[in-house]
Amino acid sequence: MPAKRITKTPMRTRDAKLRATDFVEVNIGYKAEHAIFEAERCLRCQQPPCTDGCPVHIPIPELLHEVAAGNMEKAVDILRTANPLPAVCGRVCPQEEQCENNCHMAKQYLPVGIGYLERFIADWERSQPKKKKPKPPQRPQKVAVIGAGPAGLVCAGDLARLGYPVTVFEGLHAPGGVLRYGIPEFRLPKDILDWEIELLKDMGVEIVCNVIVGKTFKLDDLFDKMGFSAVFIGTGAGLPSFLGIPGENLNGVYSANEFLTRINLMQSYDFPNTDTPLYVGERVAVIGAGNTAMDSVRSALRMGSKEGMIVYRRTEKEMTARQEEYEHAIEEGIQFRWLTNPIEIIGDEDGWVTGLKCLKMELGEPDASGRARPIAIKGSEFIIPVENVILSIGTSPNPLLVNTTPGLETNNKGCLVLEANKPQTSRKRVYAGGDAVTGAATVILAAGAGKDAATSIHADLMADLAEK
Amino acid sequence: MAKIIEKRILTPVTKLFRIEAPMIATSARPGQFVIVRVREGGERIPLTIADFDAKSGTVTIVVQEVGVTSRLLGALEVGENLLDILGPLGEPAHIPPGGHVIGVGGGFGAAALWCLMKELKARGDKTTIILGARQQDLLILTDELREACDALELCTDDGSVGFKGLVTQRLQQIMDGDGLGKPNHVIAIGPMPMMRAIANTTSGTDIATQVSMDPLMIDGTGMCGCCRVSVGGKTKFACVDGPLFDANLVDFDEAVKRNKIYVKKEKIAAERQQKHLCERTSS
Repeated sequence: MPAKRITKTPMRTRDAKLRATDFVEVNIGYKAEHAIFEAERCLRCQQPPCTDGCPVHIPIPELLHEVAAGNMEKAVDILRTANPLPAVCGRVCPQEEQCENNCHMAKQYLPVGIGYLERFIADWERSQPKKKKPKPPQRPQKVAVIGAGPAGLVCAGDLARLGYPVTVFEGLHAPGGVLRYGIPEFRLPKDILDWEIELLKDMGVEIVCNVIVGKTFKLDDLFDKMGFSAVFIGTGAGLPSFLGIPGENLNGVYSANEFLTRINLMQSYDFPNTDTPLYVGERVAVIGAGNTAMDSVRSALRMGSKEGMIVYRRTEKEMTARQEEYEHAIEEGIQFRWLTNPIEIIGDEDGWVTGLKCLKMELGEPDASGRARPIAIKGSEFIIPVENVILSIGTSPNPLLVNTTPGLETNNKGCLVLEANKPQTSRKRVYAGGDAVTGAATVILAAGAGKDAATSIHADLMADLAEK
Repeated sequence: MAKIIEKRILTPVTKLFRIEAPMIATSARPGQFVIVRVREGGERIPLTIADFDAKSGTVTIVVQEVGVTSRLLGALEVGENLLDILGPLGEPAHIPPGGHVIGVGGGFGAAALWCLMKELKARGDKTTIILGARQQDLLILTDELREACDALELCTDDGSVGFKGLVTQRLQQIMDGDGLGKPNHVIAIGPMPMMRAIANTTSGTDIATQVSMDPLMIDGTGMCGCCRVSVGGKTKFACVDGPLFDANLVDFDEAVKRNKIYVKKEKIAAERQQKHLCERTSS
């Protein structure tokens, strides 16, 4: 066996100064030569820990073997069978915590660039003429999916592959959920999302937009009036949290959800060619330090603000954003105010934001989350002059469906409660997965949950048929 | 896509549309609203449901042309489609039965009283509508509203028809015992200054008063928080907690300021639209 290279083939990125002014994708992607070169680094472990680290269990060594041999078409088949959203996941998965974290190469060297390779294979497929695949024979039982986000789309894709007629009901006017309204174009171009959704439609998945189940019709109507045999709930965690500090309703204060929805779903970056405006001042403070906070502050720069900063009451060590996003943000000139706790948003008499009043913090003993508890330093109040404050401090599941559906059990955080041994809710033949169950988490965990639910739905519906 | 079945021009800038939307028509309740989008790249705007009919599967909305999107909508004709319509959204009106309900309507907001008062009258409540405008030809849906309640009271600033004066003055007269009987409930739907004035009129009495807030919205399902309204010191989302709120608890000052956030941008968009229209007509 030839010696393996110890470093990962780097991802090509666009120049930081240039890209911070537009919404074109930051990462450029591997060329075929890079991909083959990188795939050859795989050790082809007998019991691959990388696959165990993948929520959708992609057979990674097999996949990389095909790439290394230049068999891209085979690689596509392996990948797409395991994950209906590889072009998306190859871009937004935290691979460094999953497959790549488990890679044996990572014990001494840098892991194989599994994420970059996933992205490459999916993009390669997109560069080829579309292949018509034969549809499996259609089964008699119909399945409804509520929410066209990552959990719902993956669940729908897997069920369609098994031959179930699947209808996905989406509340917004375009499918994708957080992939559509939350993740910006410069990380996940929408034409890539569109293409991936198009493939699902080709498989037979029907997507109906502009329907809020619970309002437009009730969940029970799906069973009683519309003839569905099972329902999957993938409604996500779309309800934004606010801090409850004075000044939150001033003009210029946004939830990260609103800020990003205006830019991504409503395309306000193209205003006035599009009709939805956004108000962005010279200086923008984003409260929070997760991926959504990074997306918000980097989007603010691209919308024309001169100064973008992250304000976080803990430190770099405790932030939840991916390293790659953090590094990209630094390259683009984002400032970081660590150990800074906002206590009030200051405004002028017409109701516009002029500043953010904060306290300096220091770290104390670990709290319930295991992270060091930030403690306020007395008398350390100061004001950061800003025109915008964007709150990116988390989201929780939207109660709309639960409030209008009898018998759906939730916990004290509003998350749906599942049975111990399968992803079924407290209602028979009603399944759930993704952020609606876990609270805000990652795209790939939602995808994995959608996949597991599809397996469970299939087993239960087969049993129902056998009983008849 | 939702097809326009009927269009009526109520005033030069106020248009009524009856739209084919069977699922919404089946589920709608008075007080709720829909969100519509007119073109690709277009805004999502909330519009109160004026009337709905499950049998014909249609929903009626009334729009006042004030900005880019409402003008685009107003220009649509019968047979054309709305790009998107989502609903019914928000909480329906909850009014305890058996009392005297006065609905106060001003401007195009009066349309929202239509299905509400009709339903209250049908269940046996005593119903009065006070409808106000600057002058007679700006009063909308008078025939429909007259039928929807026991007594329709018209008010005009110039006295061209009905009571000469403001809706609040007429409401005060009724509250003071002017024939129609004291109300138990007042629901005001119209421009913000009118709703605020109604809140002031009934403040300090035991008349339960609700106003229908009309803040900016995007998704309309509780996802963005754009429609935040302070009610009794608490932040509420008008899209899921409202749009009807206790009039005496609403922070109108804040609501007025929040509605002005995009004034400059809206002006840019409106001027651009005007320019396009001129170019189109001159070429």
